[in-house]
Amino acid sequence: MSLWVDKHRPKKLSKMDYHAELSDHLTRLVSSGDFPHLLIHGPSGAGKKTRVMALLRELYGHGVDRLRIEHQGFETPSKKKIEILTIASNYHIEVNASDVGIYDRIVIQELIKTMASSQQLNSEGDPRNHPEKQNNPPMGIALKIGLELPVNASDVGIYDRIVIQELIKTMASSQQLNSEGQRDFKVVVLTEVDRLTKDAQHALRRTMEKYMATCRILLVTNSTSKVIPAIRSRCLNIRIPAPSVNEVMRVLQTVAKKEGCNLPSELAQKISEKSQRNLRRAILLTEACKVQQYPFKNDQDVMDLDWEVFLKDTAQQIVQEQSPKRLQEVRGRLYELLTHCIPPDVIFIGLHKELVKNCDGELRTEVTHLASQYEHRLTQGNKSIYHLEAFVAKFMSIYMKFVEETMGDF
Amino acid sequence: MMEAFLKTGKLGQSSGASAAGSKKTSQSQGGGKRGPAPWVEKYRPRTVEDVAYQDEVVSVLKKSLSGADLPNLLFYGPPGTGKTSTILAAARDLFGDMYRERILELNASDERGISVIRDKVKRFAQLSASGRRPDGRPCPPFKVIILDEADSMTKDAQSALRRTMEKEGRSTKFCLICNYVSRIIEPLTSRCAKFRFKPLANTILQGRLEMIAAKEGIKVSEAGMGALLTTSEGDLRMAITTLQSCARLKSGGDGPEAITETDVSELSGVVSKEWLDRIMSTLQNNSYFDMENLLQEFMCEGYSISQLIHQIHVQVVQDDHLSDGQKSQICEALAVSESRLLDGANEYLQLVDISSTMMSTFAKGA
Ligand SMILES: Nc1ncnc2c1ncn2[C@@H]1O[C@H](COP(=O)(O)OP(=O)(O)OP(=O)(O)O)[C@@H](O)[C@H]1O
Ligand SMILES: Nc1ncnc2c1ncn2[C@@H]1O[C@H](COP(=O)(O)OP(=O)(O)OP(=O)(O)O)[C@@H](O)[C@H]1O
Ligand SMILES: [Mg+2]
Ligand SMILES: [Mg+2]
Repeated sequence: MSLWVDKHRPKKLSKMDYHAELSDHLTRLVSSGDFPHLLIHGPSGAGKKTRVMALLRELYGHGVDRLRIEHQGFETPSKKKIEILTIASNYHIEVNASDVGIYDRIVIQELIKTMASSQQLNSEGDPRNHPEKQNNPPMGIALKIGLELPVNASDVGIYDRIVIQELIKTMASSQQLNSEGQRDFKVVVLTEVDRLTKDAQHALRRTMEKYMATCRILLVTNSTSKVIPAIRSRCLNIRIPAPSVNEVMRVLQTVAKKEGCNLPSELAQKISEKSQRNLRRAILLTEACKVQQYPFKNDQDVMDLDWEVFLKDTAQQIVQEQSPKRLQEVRGRLYELLTHCIPPDVIFIGLHKELVKNCDGELRTEVTHLASQYEHRLTQGNKSIYHLEAFVAKFMSIYMKFVEETMGDF
Repeated sequence: MMEAFLKTGKLGQSSGASAAGSKKTSQSQGGGKRGPAPWVEKYRPRTVEDVAYQDEVVSVLKKSLSGADLPNLLFYGPPGTGKTSTILAAARDLFGDMYRERILELNASDERGISVIRDKVKRFAQLSASGRRPDGRPCPPFKVIILDEADSMTKDAQSALRRTMEKEGRSTKFCLICNYVSRIIEPLTSRCAKFRFKPLANTILQGRLEMIAAKEGIKVSEAGMGALLTTSEGDLRMAITTLQSCARLKSGGDGPEAITETDVSELSGVVSKEWLDRIMSTLQNNSYFDMENLLQEFMCEGYSISQLIHQIHVQVVQDDHLSDGQKSQICEALAVSESRLLDGANEYLQLVDISSTMMSTFAKGA
């Protein structure tokens, strides 16, 4: 049994459950054969990767599903050898392969925790098989793959420029293997482009033009703000909005039906709202709900994520007491979140959201200002904890003054 | 020796540098051999004459075509304004079939550390370049080294380049190209004739787009053309890509249907008017939590926040109900956030920040 998110991922552009117009557009773009590089952007779990794969199938047929995982070796100018994993078919290559966005890695971890306590994890089998390739990989394997993310732009680290350039060159110069010869080009899919260093992005500029005859690049990212203008200028930008709450509900019910279970619409709604229009998260939560309790109940609890609760509690602690001792405790908790791979900007957003609930109008503006300022600083430095802690300390001091002043009025 | 160098320098596996330069030439002429090319490549200017708008540089290049000496060149400016096209076209005009022997193109994807500058560039620069072609016709007696994306060369590599430039200046001309001129060290910039490539004027953009539309047999409505001009902001590459995609969007039915303003706005990521109005009116209502909810919804739409900032800016500046004081406060916030986004700051936090600044500015009144 594989995870529902993998098992019920639609394969064809014509079978996408929502944004029909967009699918239509992509189909036409592909059929013309002269399409440009694409920059596909949208929030996590909106279906970007699903559409990219469907687009490749539209281009090359099912050959794109015959995936190989390859070790690719590269040599840096200083003769250092680096090796990365890539996923490739005869027609395309993908750098990253994280089907699981940063936020959802966490969801999966939660799922594992729940499942591990109720079921035995299957530790056998070849973890290098891609979940989509196998019809029925055991649960354990699917999860394992979800966690052992092969490569992604950020893993390639400071050598990303070299790695990506080499990949594109190899790809562009290798022979077209498609015997029907319906395409002149192959495709390089680069995910999480926003995490590429500026150096790597700059290096892509001319490369994208030079290899255009034999190679198209599909860039996938959550946020376009971190993509340099010269790259944006070289691509057709395709925005994929998250599905609406209603659309998420519909997908959930379709998926449930395919699994032969009946999902009450009240519960479907609750899950859709809770997952904030992130379809992957919604499907994962639904599956988790089923593990927890089946048949479903209308008023069934939808699992809260551990780390979200922990983060909320941390914010509460900041509001309850402002002291050096408390600051130190809070620091410990922030550390804990970071070591569990919760990205620092997610922590900032979570803290901010809770903290402003305890402020009045003017203070809210100030706290918002601070959060955005300290998070920005964090992107300039490299020790997230300093900036998180500095923000908390600053908040404590202004909040203390605020409380004193309001109390003073009595 | 020269043969060997040219092999490694140009067609070598590791660099692949200018192999594509020549590939491009044959491709541009062949056209039919490969599948249909994306329009940006199909309509890349082939001759200097064909370059639109950048008159200053075009006239200098034309003089050198008729025999005058060519200075070292520095092209800088925003994307899609013709920098790369211009030098490639000039090189073709100058050297014709000698193109491959006389041009070395290196860009940021090639290794360009000091050692490369010292070896490859220096060796190429030292090759002799005669004023005659094998068949006896004249040929400009110099070579050109094109350093595209020079803004991502290290400072050390740039300094190394400076010496080569000084020594080999007579037989080798350099053309540096970049988006950000501030990243080029002063000793280099001062040795070059500098040309700023301006964002293309609307009339020029329109002319090019109409030419392409006519050749491709597609129609663009007047409003559609207007939208193409505003959204591309002088970036012709962007405008052509959008035009082509719109054309594909319309290619489903029979007979060409004209491209509309909506087609263009949707494809170029412009935030819809409904969303912009909703955000602005919510900010007027001065309720923080309404604002928070709306912004979270907005994030789900996947728009670029830099784009939104840009549109808010246009709207605020034109708004007669706002005092100058209010406008300057808001613009300050917008500017700060826009630059932070470029640094990689989180989009949502910057969005909440500018929104709450605007909300309190509105609340305080003029
Ligand atoms: N059109 C669709 N119809 C039904 N289910 C879909 C559709 N698109 C995506 N899904 C489901 O949503 C899940 C998430 O989609 P996908 O991996 O494509 O998101 P993403 O946008 O790439 O997210 P991230 O940015 O986090 O990587 C998929 O596993 C799939 O099950
Ligand atoms: N001045 C121009 N005249 C004619 N066509 C142009 C001009 N500027 C841009 N274009 C069109 O845009 C495409 C990209 O132009 P080019 O590669 O020269 O841009 P660039 O200035 O080098 O941009 P970047 O800084 O992103 O490298 C060309 O293929 C051509 O179709
Ligand atoms: Mg993805
Ligand atoms: Mg260029």
